[in-house]
Amino acid sequence: MADTTQQAAVPDKDERVREMSPLRKALIRPELGAICGTILVFFFFIAIARDSGMFAPEGIVNWGTVSAQFAIIAVGACLLMIAGEFDLSVGSMIGFSGIIIALMTVQWGYPTWFAIIVAFMLAMAIGALNGYLVIKTGLPSFIVTLAFLYILRGLTIFISIATTRKTIIGGVREVSEGDPLAGLFGGKVLSGVFVWLADLGIVGKFVAGPRAGQPVVDGVPMLMVWALALIIFGHILLTRTRFGNWIFAAGGDTQAARYVGVPVNRVKILMFMFSAMCATVFATCQVMEFGSAAADRGLLKEFEAIISVVIGGALLTGGYGSVVGAALGALIFGVVQQGLFFAGVESSLFRVFLGVILLLAVILNTYIRRMITGER
Amino acid sequence: MSTPLIELDNIEKHFGPVIALNGVSVSVNAGECHCLLGDNGAGKSTFIKTMSGVHKPTGGRILVEGKEVKFDSPRDAMEAGIATVYQDLAMIPLMSVTRNFWMGREPQKRFGPFKFFDFATANEVTMSEMARMGIHLRSADQAVGTLSGGERQTVAISRAVYFGAKVLILDEPTSALGVRQTSNVLATIDKVRKKGIGVVFITHNVRHAMAVGDRFTVLNRGKTLGTAARGDIKAEELQEMMAGGQDLAELEGSLGGTV
Repeated sequence: MADTTQQAAVPDKDERVREMSPLRKALIRPELGAICGTILVFFFFIAIARDSGMFAPEGIVNWGTVSAQFAIIAVGACLLMIAGEFDLSVGSMIGFSGIIIALMTVQWGYPTWFAIIVAFMLAMAIGALNGYLVIKTGLPSFIVTLAFLYILRGLTIFISIATTRKTIIGGVREVSEGDPLAGLFGGKVLSGVFVWLADLGIVGKFVAGPRAGQPVVDGVPMLMVWALALIIFGHILLTRTRFGNWIFAAGGDTQAARYVGVPVNRVKILMFMFSAMCATVFATCQVMEFGSAAADRGLLKEFEAIISVVIGGALLTGGYGSVVGAALGALIFGVVQQGLFFAGVESSLFRVFLGVILLLAVILNTYIRRMITGER
Repeated sequence: MSTPLIELDNIEKHFGPVIALNGVSVSVNAGECHCLLGDNGAGKSTFIKTMSGVHKPTGGRILVEGKEVKFDSPRDAMEAGIATVYQDLAMIPLMSVTRNFWMGREPQKRFGPFKFFDFATANEVTMSEMARMGIHLRSADQAVGTLSGGERQTVAISRAVYFGAKVLILDEPTSALGVRQTSNVLATIDKVRKKGIGVVFITHNVRHAMAVGDRFTVLNRGKTLGTAARGDIKAEELQEMMAGGQDLAELEGSLGGTV
């Protein structure tokens, strides 16, 4: 019975609803601004820096690594921003986690895997505290996490100086030799593939020096693997799961979400913890790669993460955005920063270029978002 | 007459020294539209918030299908089959119709150890439920922000009905709408009523109330002034009771009965 009325009802279309062409429908998506930006940036650098080695394998690894760094923290910032909150303590968290790992391993002699686990647990506990304070006090997360930006940075420098009388702690690589978790953050994968590619002549080989005969690119850094894994995880979580719907709802309208039974507080606190976790992934990769930690690492990273997310089409006030967009934003960021270096352009122009891209992307994004959501 | 779906008996609600409700009694039967009329400040909002579990009454009883209940949260009321559609808080405009429709109750599909949002089912149900209410969406993933105010109310109403509401409380669903949209919402109320759901329609517009109401209760200064069945009362009388008597009678003359 219900089916017959349904069949009768569906075919007559509302004359007020204009048909949308499939092409237009495919184009109109939150990431469109970031996709255009990425294409533009690549064209620009192919035009001005083609012969600089920027698009040779070692060049790609160079800007790919920088982009991956941005992407790791951008995924955390993106999900949190869609849930309607900010985390300005990301940069300080990177410094803090790094120093914790270095102190525990080099200074106090704990195994690296243990130090990494402790750093993750501490960071996520601080993330949860951030979220708890935001929810309990009702203050804007902007203020609460700004306080933690200073608290964490100050604490990090203090702990580092109080225990070692230095702000840079080296020697992590030596003590982490053969550690099961260290390789997960600092190593490289697919080395065999690059040896094979080098034998085929696709990737160059060192011709002199101690590494003569080895490929110039000896593998994909774990940093990139982490970035890719976090992007895929974040994208699926946001667009394909029940929890993802709750993230959108929590940021879109807290009260409306609560009325239909979405556990808004839990969603927000978990997103603060996820953001802190991403910061720690970044810190751990960096410590393992450099073999040292410094108390001033991660300075201004919170803003770079937020910029990537906004270039990617997210709404600053929450409820709208895309992880893929944020990842493309991070890619634009990395390509521009390293590309200007390859092109031999004065590096101070990087900021000018970035500001212009930010402005263009946000204008385009606002326009696209209005088309999608009917917002006025 | 069978037991009312919900009965509120002599409800009182005090906020500190302020007496917001001072003895309000309303009952809703299955398949009827009970209009709750009152001017601003009459206590309509406090009353529906008490009914939907947001406020706890200071005095009086709430009976659901004859049994006395206490609601500690909106969730309790929802589980008892009482759904509320708030005027502003019905929908999140940035999210798609499907995402809004299923918000908080997303259907899931298992894929190995993981569970995913089952969009295929969700979109299909959303489209057919909306079509049943007379709204033809371009696609279920279009944002609610692209819908008109009346359509948004309809999405919220059909969501409540789909998830098994027995009593549907509508908080001024027509107050911000144009003529066409209002008649669409009123038509939706009629469809819902015919399914055997009890509707509580809160409004201060007597004409909208007269269009769909089976019974009318007027609230004034936190008290019920009485309940009348359709046909027993004229629009002018309702209007007068809402305004609290004389003042409007004088106005009425000069406005030629247009309010």
